[in-house]
Amino acid sequence: MSASTTTELRKTPLHDLHAELGARMVPFAGYAMPVQYPGGILAEHAACRSSAALFDVSHMGQLRLVGDGAAEALETLVPMDIVGLPVGKQRYALFTNAQGGLLDDLMVTRREHDLFVVVNAACKDADTRHLVTHIGHRCTVVPLPDRALLALQGPRAVDALVRHAGGVAALTFMTGAAFSLAGADCFVTRSGYTGEDGFEISVPADQAMALARALLAEPEVSPAGLGARDTLRLEAGLCLYGHDIGETTTPVEAGLSWAIQKVRRPGGARAGGYPGAAAVERQLASAPMVRRVGLTGLERMPVREGATLFDGQGRKAGHVTSGTLAPTLGVPIAMAYVGVEHAAIGHELFAEVRGKRLPMRVTPMPFQPHRYHRG
Amino acid sequence: MTTMFTPDHEWINIEDHEAAIVGITLHAQDALGDVVFVDLPEVGRSYRQGEAAGVVESVKAAADVKMPVTGEIVEVNEALRADPSLVNKDPMGEGWFFKVHVSDMAEFDRLMDPPGYDALLKSL
Repeated sequence: MSASTTTELRKTPLHDLHAELGARMVPFAGYAMPVQYPGGILAEHAACRSSAALFDVSHMGQLRLVGDGAAEALETLVPMDIVGLPVGKQRYALFTNAQGGLLDDLMVTRREHDLFVVVNAACKDADTRHLVTHIGHRCTVVPLPDRALLALQGPRAVDALVRHAGGVAALTFMTGAAFSLAGADCFVTRSGYTGEDGFEISVPADQAMALARALLAEPEVSPAGLGARDTLRLEAGLCLYGHDIGETTTPVEAGLSWAIQKVRRPGGARAGGYPGAAAVERQLASAPMVRRVGLTGLERMPVREGATLFDGQGRKAGHVTSGTLAPTLGVPIAMAYVGVEHAAIGHELFAEVRGKRLPMRVTPMPFQPHRYHRG
Repeated sequence: MTTMFTPDHEWINIEDHEAAIVGITLHAQDALGDVVFVDLPEVGRSYRQGEAAGVVESVKAAADVKMPVTGEIVEVNEALRADPSLVNKDPMGEGWFFKVHVSDMAEFDRLMDPPGYDALLKSL
């Protein structure tokens, strides 16, 4: 016998279901994940925009922060208002580094007895270490490897889920509560990564299969993979960590200043106090040199991550961090970082693809209007 | 044998050696997924065997379409520009990419025949 030289990919609790559904599996953040099912990415994307799609996102990290000081402690790592977050409310947050760059983006929900946190799969081990190292003495950091995460997304997601728990209809965008679904004790938030109304469902791993089958049995619901998840979030103008944001981009450069509440800004009651606050505050006061922008292609050729952008005089203007041919819109869309002098809406830039320079125009995001249920 | 294959999953049908038809295989389109864009070569331009003459792009990825043999492009499938999904629906038929005037039939003869290509697919 010889030792295996390749690292075994981890499997989510829905692995056998993916195989049964004919999914094409790919390695992603150390997991075997479905990139698409036999219907294909375009059909899955369309199903999510018009009806409802079920995504397995169990690779993502789920944690609890427990203890009276958890909210105050977490505020030392993120420039968000966590202390003022009411029970049942969810908030988008960012772990910053000493330079104001981003270690990860995450979702935080205040529950009665803890903070429920969801982080990116590729970052979850580092995030857990980060939390334990810096605030482990002020609250208890509890990873939840025994829970799966399902995302049910689309305008008819609520119709499907309400048959399993009537109460979910009362949730509004960025709120969450506990529900029993298919006999499992779940925590459900009305949120997602597609721009559509929908839910993310934290479920015990050993009950995830039964819940997924029950949801897929609903007439509105079909399975969707990571491929459609990526095109959906890009149309919705939502950042992908490691691509559109990362350790060398600040919240201000990334256009995420809206996520920094007033109370954490200069003059606010709990201003600063997070890693890189000085750098972030400098940029909040005077515009940064580069900005994340949305781009729409004027020709049909897709422009992808890594493409260099030039201005009309042929000078380098920036680079693309995500891009595809938008399935719903039928045109190339991209996110890019460009010099602020190129960031105005309507500004024309040229993306270099295989030696050709393709015209693109700076476009407001989201590319596809959000359709959240704000109640 | 009139249809031969490359290790890069192109096919070439040479019923007419002045206008041999080139496309990508069923396996290639399946591996790519939903095709959303094709970049076709200019008619009249010549390419050497193995050179990238076109590009096929799915939602997720872009791939070169390489010349199975040295030759000159004599026609391209304009229908693909309007409906790239023809590559998925009928890769060996309506989803063809371009036609080539073959310079050297010996290059064609050295490509993989259907049993050879089947064996390649089974080894993947």
